[in-house]
Amino acid sequence: MIEKALTGSRRYWGWVGILLALVAAGAGCYLLQLGRGLTITGMSRDVSWGLYIGQFTFLVGVAASAVMVVLPYYLHNVKEFGRITIFGEFLAVSAVIMCLLFVIVDLGKPARIFNMILYPTPNSILFWDFVVLTGYLLLNLIIGWNVLESERNEVPPPRWVRTLVYVSIPWAISIHTVTAFLYAGLPGRHYWLNPLLAARFLASAFASGPALLIILAFIIRRVTSFDPGREAITKLSLIVAYALTTSMFFLGLELFTALYSRVPAHGLPTIQYLFTGKDGFGNLVPLMWTSVVLGLVAAYLLINPATRGRDATLLFACAATFVSIWMEKGIGLVVGGFIPNPFEEIQEYAPTLPEAIITTGVWAVGLLILTLLCKIAIAVKEAAEPPAARPFPQRQGF
Amino acid sequence: MYDSGKILTGLLIFALLVTFPVWYHLGRATPPPEPDLDTPVIAGLAEKECIESTEYMRAYHMELLKTWRDLAVRSGEKTYVARDGEKYPISLEDTCLKCHSNKSRFCDQCHNYLGVDPNCWNCHVAPEEGNR
Amino acid sequence: MEMDRRTFLKMGGLGLLGLMAAPVVDVLLKAGRVSGAGTSAAVTAGRWALVVDMKKCLEAGPSCADCILACHRAHNVPQIPDLQEQVRWIWKEPFEHAFPEQEGRAESLAGKPFLVLCNHCTDPPCVRVCPTRATFKRQDGIVMMDYHRCIGCRYCMAACPYGARSFNFRDPRPYVSTTNPAYPTRERGVVEKCNFCEERLAEGLPPACVAACRYGALVFGNLVDPHSQVRQILRARYTICRKPELGTRPNVYYVVG
Ligand code: HEC
Ligand code: HEC
Ligand code: HEC
Repeated sequence: MIEKALTGSRRYWGWVGILLALVAAGAGCYLLQLGRGLTITGMSRDVSWGLYIGQFTFLVGVAASAVMVVLPYYLHNVKEFGRITIFGEFLAVSAVIMCLLFVIVDLGKPARIFNMILYPTPNSILFWDFVVLTGYLLLNLIIGWNVLESERNEVPPPRWVRTLVYVSIPWAISIHTVTAFLYAGLPGRHYWLNPLLAARFLASAFASGPALLIILAFIIRRVTSFDPGREAITKLSLIVAYALTTSMFFLGLELFTALYSRVPAHGLPTIQYLFTGKDGFGNLVPLMWTSVVLGLVAAYLLINPATRGRDATLLFACAATFVSIWMEKGIGLVVGGFIPNPFEEIQEYAPTLPEAIITTGVWAVGLLILTLLCKIAIAVKEAAEPPAARPFPQRQGF
Repeated sequence: MYDSGKILTGLLIFALLVTFPVWYHLGRATPPPEPDLDTPVIAGLAEKECIESTEYMRAYHMELLKTWRDLAVRSGEKTYVARDGEKYPISLEDTCLKCHSNKSRFCDQCHNYLGVDPNCWNCHVAPEEGNR
Repeated sequence: MEMDRRTFLKMGGLGLLGLMAAPVVDVLLKAGRVSGAGTSAAVTAGRWALVVDMKKCLEAGPSCADCILACHRAHNVPQIPDLQEQVRWIWKEPFEHAFPEQEGRAESLAGKPFLVLCNHCTDPPCVRVCPTRATFKRQDGIVMMDYHRCIGCRYCMAACPYGARSFNFRDPRPYVSTTNPAYPTRERGVVEKCNFCEERLAEGLPPACVAACRYGALVFGNLVDPHSQVRQILRARYTICRKPELGTRPNVYYVVG
């Protein structure tokens, strides 16, 4: 099936070319980082994780959110998702690959990464995260590929694939839970040391991932002759609406405990730093408020049935959701956890240019993989149903 | 044959790439390593013997060093007992390089010949070599 | 055949080590030595601890940095000018920064410089999180770094509530002015921290900081030994440790009363 990714329009190759150029730029900067060390990033002894691990955390959420189409489709037979599930799975594949790449570019000694396997350490959450992420990657690749292949051959997928699908559902939840545990189990990092964190992660993931999937569906409808179906988008937008409001509710819970109790150990200093600035430092204040405002606007547009039903406002709401959560989780949460430092002093963080280029490069790798996988999937689906007659496929699950 | 030209060019490039290491070294006379044992400490030894037998050292000194590393750093064990009962303090700098004080003409020469580049010296400080 | 010989060698070596495991008693008797240290047995069980007598330390005055210099020289700790990429094994922090939870409780100590270093916690979070066991707890209580194994993920830095860990953002060698050939430097990309002078303890010597202090403000010993000097101080004086509420149980104590 891979050959289907090798033929395409001018526009397709143009897009692939842009992504390849970004990948090359990122690789160039990564070579610089390999040569000079992480000193070329904005990270420091106080803020020792930055953009890379932030993106990692955010993207684990995107990967996990595939479950929001897989679960209704396979468990509750929600047929509307039949045309879109494969894209959810492939989105998960590319997101997990990005996650792993972000971990690798963050390492001080990437050549030694196999020490994680050579010396397996069950008491380390990072070890488990590595295990569940690779497992999830394999699951989604195998499932997606087999389902697609059977679709091409017009036969139902083998039974064992269905078993794997069932396994992948709790597995998806586990990847983001374990990622939250990376943070939620560290003494002395008050902003992270919070049992609600995993729940908050899942809620924000189930908003940002499906939001991205809706955007993807619109793009596919626009640039190909395949239509993922308005019904699927409608259902997904409802999921985004619920998940986003839940996520904001959870954030509110955290803010309440910290702000009302005023106990420093509940993250008050970090929250002050993030939302109002503290001791004259406030780099992240504009970002956090942009995130809040975008989140509120998106929530309004998604809850209101009229705006949710209209393509333009829905698209805007989805983009706003995605960006809002990206800011809050991909930057604010990780960086904020390190501020103030263990000495209650504030050292700010801002990514450097090479760091940003490497980050863009990794995103470009992910988008490239997503593009190729979607290209294959669409080619198979278009072949299965000629665009002239486009009946809604009456697939009975398997 | 369809596209045979392209295929043949491709094969040719492939063959060149694969054999690159072979012809890259053609015509370069790298001297075979003769580990230089001429150091003051070794000269003063009654029996010219390494920690373990010469064949063992030649084949397994990296394994020995890794065992040493784990013994010293992870088990806190700082003495190594060789097979003949002789005891040696576990130290790269103070044991190996005390006898083999000519690192560049002993360890390095052999490694260069074989294309191995142990990264130990990024951290471990090799003793100054005399200008002998 | 070759494999067999190797295995035989290792087993033989270990067996012999086992025979020698009996503690060497005479180190206990030698003056200026740390009791319990320097046995040739592979690290005996125990709990090394450092007590900082703040009264004596403050008497030495704010400019005294003997212990810091001695440590950093002994371990080739680089002196990097960029504050945010500095590598530190032992340094000074004002009281309210070292003990943020005590703020307002001891006004007499406000602003006073306190020595801080790795606490070699009894229940160390850094060890819990390390994905390769590059940082681990020895039986004698020392929280060790195996620089050969560290992958530089910096999870331990996120986990340490004491800011005691430093990452080598760049090659440290150009920043080591006089290299001590007896101890390796580190290289770019690994995390490092105080090792309670594990290499000196193995020779029966006290840690470099303790040896360097002219005011007797630093006392080192084994808390498991009821007669050790550190135990006696802890029994007799009012001591505090950093962030006890986190349950890490530090092994660096400060005499403040
Ligand atoms: C007591 C002095 C001494 C010490 C300590 C010592 N060596 Fe040697 N080493 C020798 C001598 C002498 C020979 C030559 C033996 C021979 O020619 O049979 C030798 C031979 C070798 C060889 C084989 C060279 C060849 O001819 O192929 C290697 C490899 C080696 N040593 C590595 C090491 C390493 C690694 C260490 C530290 C773990 C070490 N040596 C410690 C004295 C020493
Ligand atoms: C007779 C040639 C020879 C001599 C002399 C020699 N080596 Fe080696 N060394 C080798 C070979 C061969 C390897 C194995 C490379 C491999 O397995 O990839 C090696 C590997 C190593 C490794 C492991 C490298 C790695 O990355 O795994 C270390 C460490 C090492 N040597 C240290 C030394 C030291 C220290 C000395 C000098 C005291 C020394 N060697 C002398 C031939 C030699
Ligand atoms: C990242 C820096 C680094 C690198 C690279 C490194 N070491 Fe080390 N090594 C150290 C440090 C630091 C110690 C001392 C640890 C302690 O005692 O606290 C040490 C200790 C050792 C010891 C025990 C005591 C001593 O001083 O010799 C051995 C043996 C050793 N290393 C072998 C090796 C070998 C072999 C290599 C290369 C394959 C290597 N090391 C590479 C940093 C390094």
